[in-house]
Amino acid sequence: MNVLSGSAIVMTRELRPTVRDPFTVVFSLTQPLILLALFGPLLTDVPGLGDGNVWDWFVPGVLAMIAIFGTSMTGSNLLTELHDGSHERMLVTPLPRSSLLIGRAVKELVPLAAQAVLIILVALPLGLSVNPIGAAIGILILGVFGIGLGALSYALALAVQAQDWVFWAIQQTLMFPLLILSGTMLPLDNAPGWMQFLVDINPLGYVVDAERALFAGDFASSTVLHGGVAAVTVAAVGLGVGVRAMRR
Amino acid sequence: MIHTTGLTKTFSRGKATVEAVRGIDLHVKEGELVALLGPNGAGKSTTLRMLTTLLAPTSGSATVAGHDITTERDAVRRNLGYVGQGNGGGHNQRVRDELITQGLCYGLSKQQSGTRADELLAALELSDLGRRTVSTLSGGQRRRLDIAIGLVHRPPLLFLDEPSTGMDPQSRANLWEHILRLRREMGTTIVLTTHYLDEADSMAERVIVIDKGSVIADDTADALKAELAGDLVTLTAESRDAAESLASIVGRLDLVRDVTVSGSRLNIRVVRAEKALPALIRLSERHGIGIEAADMSRPTLDDVFLGLTGRSLRETAAA
Repeated sequence: MNVLSGSAIVMTRELRPTVRDPFTVVFSLTQPLILLALFGPLLTDVPGLGDGNVWDWFVPGVLAMIAIFGTSMTGSNLLTELHDGSHERMLVTPLPRSSLLIGRAVKELVPLAAQAVLIILVALPLGLSVNPIGAAIGILILGVFGIGLGALSYALALAVQAQDWVFWAIQQTLMFPLLILSGTMLPLDNAPGWMQFLVDINPLGYVVDAERALFAGDFASSTVLHGGVAAVTVAAVGLGVGVRAMRR
Repeated sequence: MIHTTGLTKTFSRGKATVEAVRGIDLHVKEGELVALLGPNGAGKSTTLRMLTTLLAPTSGSATVAGHDITTERDAVRRNLGYVGQGNGGGHNQRVRDELITQGLCYGLSKQQSGTRADELLAALELSDLGRRTVSTLSGGQRRRLDIAIGLVHRPPLLFLDEPSTGMDPQSRANLWEHILRLRREMGTTIVLTTHYLDEADSMAERVIVIDKGSVIADDTADALKAELAGDLVTLTAESRDAAESLASIVGRLDLVRDVTVSGSRLNIRVVRAEKALPALIRLSERHGIGIEAADMSRPTLDDVFLGLTGRSLRETAAA
């Protein structure tokens, strides 16, 4: 069996519970929606947001947020399967080891895209102006980034094995710095120099900037290219690390 | 079907190394039903995990269904079914979906997988539960699903790791009915691990006793009991003194292996109790020692384990 068909089997299996019960996708949007409702209005008149409407600045950031909330936690599903024995059962089949990781990671694209569309639909009546083609490309970049982060989350689950708390400790510790340093919540123009360095090496920051440019229909800017490169890099690194962890 | 030579597995935990399996030689022929019996931590599951390609052996070699477990892992995987200690069905998946996924994993078409899933659901009395989520099944139903998942690709060899642990007696009996029937129908070779003595005794045609990572006995349950334990005859004499003197007399007999005295009671290990009992009573009458009660019992596999290791399997299992 080749890696591609193996990954397709794994991906289909992973997607089934979501398809059977699509409300899980909506429920996991509770936190981003709360943020949208309670944090978004506070951003009016904050310097550094550009001249446009606050939603044009904030909504792309919320999309980045769902990308890291959902996908960074996805490894916990594998933890459950490591505990209950269903992962072991898959390991005894002739499925290529790499497809057990790739199928899972690539599946992240689907709920992520669905959630992104929902967030955009919710934000439209608030006054979000969005370029449809830009949004489509933006969601794709987001999805690629999500595949990479999902793969890293699975790799983390495989690395900590039975110790769930280590998984959550690392996931929680990394999530907020990643989020804040991406300029999702607040602009980073006033960040001190040392922080600026962390901002520069945070791939999520490039993705968020690219989302904003794409939503505004600004396709030509190098920001989009940088975001795409950042997403593809994260995906490549994530899949590389993840497949290695799965083969071990 | 299975041949291993000097199979070992060493784990390192920090600086300490644990020799989980120390040079196991196993041979299982096609169609056999073999139980690996031993206390928790004896190395049974580690052995199984090596034979199913889940763990790479530290040293030694093995072939399963004619294929090497380290160099031909794919071929080994195609030829075996594995029911691990945990539950194979993902908790948020539906029963029939999991069977279909399993079929696809072995290269069946979608349609073949569907047909096979329905066959197995019927065979294991799960047909009504096909659309249920795995997490809503009872323990016994889940275990039957595990067996069904393990049999999707009609493997010639099935490994069962502690198949009935934690199940109530009724579900255990029901599970075994299914396993034995499927074996009759498909001629599957079965290797199981268990720490239930009665299970190994009544189900397996051959019992391989494993302790501290090594095979310490390997034969049919009856042969192990006859050779390594023997039947037990209990005689109650009139008094403690009478018991003592009788013990010294019977101890000289060929058919007696071992005598212990507690109070006025003698516990006598013999090869065949039904022959020994009349002879022992006649002998005591000839020496003028009255017998007030006589009893005999067949040995259990626990007696075998006790005889081999000096420890009881019940105690180690409970510990």
